[in-house]
Amino acid sequence: MTPLVEACDLQKHFPLGGGWLRRASAAVRAVDGVSFAIAPGETLGLVGESGCGKSTLGRLVLRLLEPTAGDVRFDGRSLLALDAGALRAVRREMQIVFQDPYGSLDPRMCVGSIVGEGLAIHRLGTRAARRRRVEELLALVGLPADVASRRPHEFSGGQRQRIGIARALAVEPRFVVADEAVSALDVSIQAQIINLLQDLKRRLGLTMLFISHDLRVVEHVSDRVAIMYLGRLVEVAPRERIYAHPRHPYTRALLSAVPVADPHRPRRREPMRGELPSAVAPPPGCAFHPRCAHAEDVCRRVVPPLAQGRDGHAVACHVFPAER
Amino acid sequence: MALLEVQDLAMGFPLDGRLVRAVDGVSFALERGRVLGLVGESGSGKSMTALCLMRLLPPAGRIVGGRVLLGGRDLLALPEREMRAVRGAGLAMVFQEPMTALNPVLTVGRQVAEAVALHQPVGRRAAWQRAVTLLGEVGFPDPERHARDYPHQLSGGMRQRALIAIAISCEPLVLIADEPTTALDVTIQAEILDLLEALRARRGMAMLLITHDLGVVAEHADEVAIMYGGRIVEHAPTTEIFDRPFHPYTQALLRSMPALGGGHDRLEAIPGQVPDLRRLPSGCAFHDRCPRAIAECSLAPPPLEEKAPGHRAACIRA
Repeated sequence: MTPLVEACDLQKHFPLGGGWLRRASAAVRAVDGVSFAIAPGETLGLVGESGCGKSTLGRLVLRLLEPTAGDVRFDGRSLLALDAGALRAVRREMQIVFQDPYGSLDPRMCVGSIVGEGLAIHRLGTRAARRRRVEELLALVGLPADVASRRPHEFSGGQRQRIGIARALAVEPRFVVADEAVSALDVSIQAQIINLLQDLKRRLGLTMLFISHDLRVVEHVSDRVAIMYLGRLVEVAPRERIYAHPRHPYTRALLSAVPVADPHRPRRREPMRGELPSAVAPPPGCAFHPRCAHAEDVCRRVVPPLAQGRDGHAVACHVFPAER
Repeated sequence: MALLEVQDLAMGFPLDGRLVRAVDGVSFALERGRVLGLVGESGSGKSMTALCLMRLLPPAGRIVGGRVLLGGRDLLALPEREMRAVRGAGLAMVFQEPMTALNPVLTVGRQVAEAVALHQPVGRRAAWQRAVTLLGEVGFPDPERHARDYPHQLSGGMRQRALIAIAISCEPLVLIADEPTTALDVTIQAEILDLLEALRARRGMAMLLITHDLGVVAEHADEVAIMYGGRIVEHAPTTEIFDRPFHPYTQALLRSMPALGGGHDRLEAIPGQVPDLRRLPSGCAFHDRCPRAIAECSLAPPPLEEKAPGHRAACIRA
């Protein structure tokens, strides 16, 4: 199947220390050569720790940030080749749900205007039709229609996240980036929102990039999972495979660090040394080698490519390559 | 007698001429060397309970009842001057935000040394030496050198280690860790929790581990108390909580959590919202979200009763 969304060798470097009369001397290599494809109706989970570049990657894919190099293709068309008008038309099909349900809703607008703003911007329907559509959307995310006249501060975190989801869905997107969309919520509410996203995905046939640091949530919602470390993908595989047979030492360390709600299960942590290096001067070769318990000489010299193995399992590791 | 005994603790905030209770009749005991996990969602009262023990309430907050006995002495009855000596040597606390809990203009070594000198009659040089030793104990590589670092030069994990060094500097009997790893990445979280466990084992401290994550208590607590709407609704040894939860809220919480290896199944979400303390439902605060609630549940808050040996739950339906 042709992918709906494709990232082709995406890079984003943020210059550092530059300014008036001064040349930028270095750059944060937030995203450093990332490629992936998401099939229509598929959810790709993107996992990594803070500073790994996952949120930057999510914004690049929507062209909310301009990449330093590389390309994004949506439905076969390069987003970077589009002029402003064509880009605006494509934007209708791509939406984002943010992490912070407190900061991402304008406190001065009523909920109806927040949810309907996208419809107004894209001039979809008459005023009355838009009002009906807002009511439909609120019902879709499980909120009563009378909330349309109220303001964000009257709602709890979970309800605000429902409003954010209704806003994203208003223009009937085909692709949604969810950036830590359930991370700020209480456990009991998080489950509601995860279920809601799952239902909507099935009913509307949405394609999703689900960005999260939480491996438990990602396992729950994703069809495939990509693990990111210091600007690069180190492992990509179907959900069952990556959780049952992780290959990359970083993936294994991440998985072994997740606290498991079963007091009978023995704890076995995969060792990982030291701390996340700076993305300004990433280590040569495999960026993970200074922390890796299995590093060999080649790891210090050569960047391992993300090599495709069987069963859709790709790994970027010299020592534990993908099985062929 | 237990090292720490909390009896019928209650605190609240005055609002429109009445008192909104954030902690309401909380009782538990903690033995030397044991870890009690205090679990709840936002507004459950878990952090406020900890602040009551330390007597570090937010400005409008007021303790309105109960006793906090540390080694038999009621901390709530102490004059503030004596309480100051208890903070540090009796009870010490590690907070959630390692970014804001440290002073940005002082080196971490200096901040640890200050904590040492505050409670012990030692000179500056001895306090500094002690600080370097403590930073080594909490896992600072090359503590001699990194003691001279400012907080902004350290990662979040290292800052949290520095805060732990400050907390243990006066060898407290009880360490209170309030969501010590919530702001940290999962690999750092595991390291910090392992460190806390090692320190507890080495020093024989008791620990109150406050978290919203049932996975964290499953791995690190000896016993667990679940809080909802300002009250403890279930309290039992850790294995009991996970194997035989009695309270419908505990059961629902366990089912609503995505688990590693749990696959794609639909989660059993708890309907409704986390309760607003200003508008707490009458009777059992969980009754309006509870699948097993009957009319009687809304009449009076159910007492925390023993349902099995060492296993208490506050539910008339359990």
